[in-house]
Amino acid sequence: MPNFPLKTLGCAVLAAGMLMTTQAYAETDVTAVMQAPLKTLDPLLSTAQIVRTYGFMVFDTLLGMDAQYRPQPQMADYKVSDDKMTYTLTLRDGLKWHDGTKVTAADCVASLQRWGRLDAAGKIMMEHVASITASSDKEIVIKLSKPFGQVLELLAKPSPNPPFMMPKRLADVADGKQIPEVIGSGPFKFDAADFKPGVQAVFVKNTDYVPRKEPSSWTAGGKVVKVDKVTWKVMPDMQTALNALQAGDVDLIEQVPIDLLPIVQADPDVKTATINPLGAQVTGRWNWKIPPFDNPQVRKAAMYALDQKTLMETAIGNPKYYQLCASVYGCEVPLASNAGSQYLSGSAADRLAKAKEILKASGYDGTPVVMMQPTDLTILSTQPIVAADELRKAGFKVDVQAMDWATLQARKDNEKPVSEGGWNMFFTYWGVTGIWNPLVDVLVDGSGNGWAGWPKDAKVEALRADYLTAPTLDDQKKIASEIQQLAYDDGFYFNAGEFMSVAAWRTKLQGIQPGPVTLFWGIHK
Amino acid sequence: MVFYFIRRLLLALPVLFFVAVFVFLLLHLAPGDPAQTIAGDQATPAQVAAIRKSLGLDAPLVMQFFDWFKAIVHGNFGTSLISQQSVLTQIGQRIGPTLSLAVTAIIITIVVSIPLGILAAWRHGGLIDRCVMAVSVIGFSVPIFVIGYILIGVIAVHFRLLPVQGYKPISNGFWPFLSRIILPSIALSSTFIALVARMTRAAMLEVLREDFVRTARAKGLSERIVLFRHALRNAAIPILTVIGTGFAMMISGVVVTETVFNIPGLGRLVVDSVLSHDYPVIQSIILLTAGVYVVINLLIDLSYAVTDPRIRYK
Repeated sequence: MPNFPLKTLGCAVLAAGMLMTTQAYAETDVTAVMQAPLKTLDPLLSTAQIVRTYGFMVFDTLLGMDAQYRPQPQMADYKVSDDKMTYTLTLRDGLKWHDGTKVTAADCVASLQRWGRLDAAGKIMMEHVASITASSDKEIVIKLSKPFGQVLELLAKPSPNPPFMMPKRLADVADGKQIPEVIGSGPFKFDAADFKPGVQAVFVKNTDYVPRKEPSSWTAGGKVVKVDKVTWKVMPDMQTALNALQAGDVDLIEQVPIDLLPIVQADPDVKTATINPLGAQVTGRWNWKIPPFDNPQVRKAAMYALDQKTLMETAIGNPKYYQLCASVYGCEVPLASNAGSQYLSGSAADRLAKAKEILKASGYDGTPVVMMQPTDLTILSTQPIVAADELRKAGFKVDVQAMDWATLQARKDNEKPVSEGGWNMFFTYWGVTGIWNPLVDVLVDGSGNGWAGWPKDAKVEALRADYLTAPTLDDQKKIASEIQQLAYDDGFYFNAGEFMSVAAWRTKLQGIQPGPVTLFWGIHK
Repeated sequence: MVFYFIRRLLLALPVLFFVAVFVFLLLHLAPGDPAQTIAGDQATPAQVAAIRKSLGLDAPLVMQFFDWFKAIVHGNFGTSLISQQSVLTQIGQRIGPTLSLAVTAIIITIVVSIPLGILAAWRHGGLIDRCVMAVSVIGFSVPIFVIGYILIGVIAVHFRLLPVQGYKPISNGFWPFLSRIILPSIALSSTFIALVARMTRAAMLEVLREDFVRTARAKGLSERIVLFRHALRNAAIPILTVIGTGFAMMISGVVVTETVFNIPGLGRLVVDSVLSHDYPVIQSIILLTAGVYVVINLLIDLSYAVTDPRIRYK
């Protein structure tokens, strides 16, 4: 009898615990663990993938891109003049900002101008634009000063940075400054009160949003939201996230590391699949400004020394989740071609022999290659080790320097010699949406002052200029292929293959659709 | 005692100042760039430079330091460079989970370790003593994340008795709070239980050999009174010191426990801020941590006087 109260209490606590832990989340809420924490809230200031995904939740674009890579009306319908020098965009009815005010053409003009100042491809477009004006509350007119064939593609592009629309007062913020509040017109509203950087970001359904009538396809068509709330939870430990998914605390994990997939694939309540069909390309970039990669023959030798398959097998392992191709624009995009594939094909042994031969003839003096290795980014931590081994076999001296990703990012912009903090080579990866044509792909920028690595090639620049005015897809393909061949001939970088991200979600989550970013409209339970 | 307290607090000011200078220099001289973090991987140097300018990071280091220090003196800890949120808001969001975890873990530590240590000392050389020592060696040796994963795997995933992760404040109800904090607290306290149990055992063994204990026993006092009233009070000082410094360590951030159990505490905020080079946040948290250490050390010193009447501060 003396133990009775204690036993009763114990049973009550246990029962309460079981009740509490088995409770279901409200059916209209979705909890997701994304590939990175959302910290920056300006979708035009950051090129990070998570900021882009957030951008498509909260903001909208004038045009969307469908699964066939075609620009389609989204906020606006468009007309193109016969001479293709004037683009008239008419805002559709019912568009409202999240503060309840109407979306006007003046807001969109200011947004386009900000995008044109901040986005690399936007800047190129603005060099061809005579004026962007609001001819009425609903009509935006873009007049070109010289022919430019990519206006619609750029207005619809899902890659960094999409031209997201925002109220004029936000778009007028000084360059380099973040927008002071988050007001978009997209299908979700950002819940600023519940935002805890590094912990969670909360989005609620925008009940004022009027979706288009067309079926949803990537970022085009009707963005029909079927849940009340989406919460992005930050879980730095993937094992914890997988436990949470299996326990039902989480509905979706955007990217599961390949080696942990078997854990969730054995669970009948969890489904895994690739929801971004385009994947990401791993690229080994060398520095053209300093020895030894200022020598084109040394770059060529390095290209032969490296092997796509070995690098992908080491980093990804399962061939189901990677593919090898020569295309610098992504393996499955319309501009994909085999140009330059001679640098990647053949057995590893044959290619190594060729690399040795070229390196010997190049006059390489044994200058060590400083290879930057990011130790805190799993997907990129193995390639430098494997690549260094392959380069050493070909006769290079390699110094692998381990560092965190943030340090690597800062150091990669240093053009100075190694003794002053410079570098020779590093690996990174690019979502295919960020490289799928010569206009957005900064890796094939041959101006000599573009993205880190700084390749310089006047022929490539001339071709990129031609690409901007190419009238048909066939013309664009031809030019893109020529650029690709030159990028290989000159050794712009090593294309180390493409990997796919695999998402996992609870089976009761329905309506997940493929897209260039993870799309939360159409999802329901 | 009050004068002593105030004097110790004033003496802490130079310590905090030097911590501020050291941390500022260390962070700003380390490689990395918050502007690059904001701009993302694919930004051009021009985009990064524009952001750097807008954040004032292109100003001379000395000016940046004095601007920051002036603001701190006025109680303005600034805003996060990355999220633009007030630093105090961010710390306010994170201090609750960390305090909850630390307090619960320290309660578990005290409740488990002190009786174990006393028991081991009382039965010195016997089976109980050997068992306690063996358990404490395991507590020391097994990393917290391993204990955490075992607890999650068995209790949360297999038996589904408790949630696998997350944190709910006590304002959401006692059980939602307790059910989420109990496993991480057990995992976190494992090392401290081992430490405090060994410390208690050692201190008790020393005291139990003293003449006054033999006298107490000779007087016919019960073992309970000998152990708790005579021996434990005299052995308390090293035990209090270990518990106090352990508590300070827990408050300053226990990143592994917070990560494994997905608790949004200060430890994770520090790591995130360091990785993104968010200077105002890191500097403020380190200053706060230094302050916590100063205050807790002071409280430990004051507690000596409470437990041992021979100690007096002037």
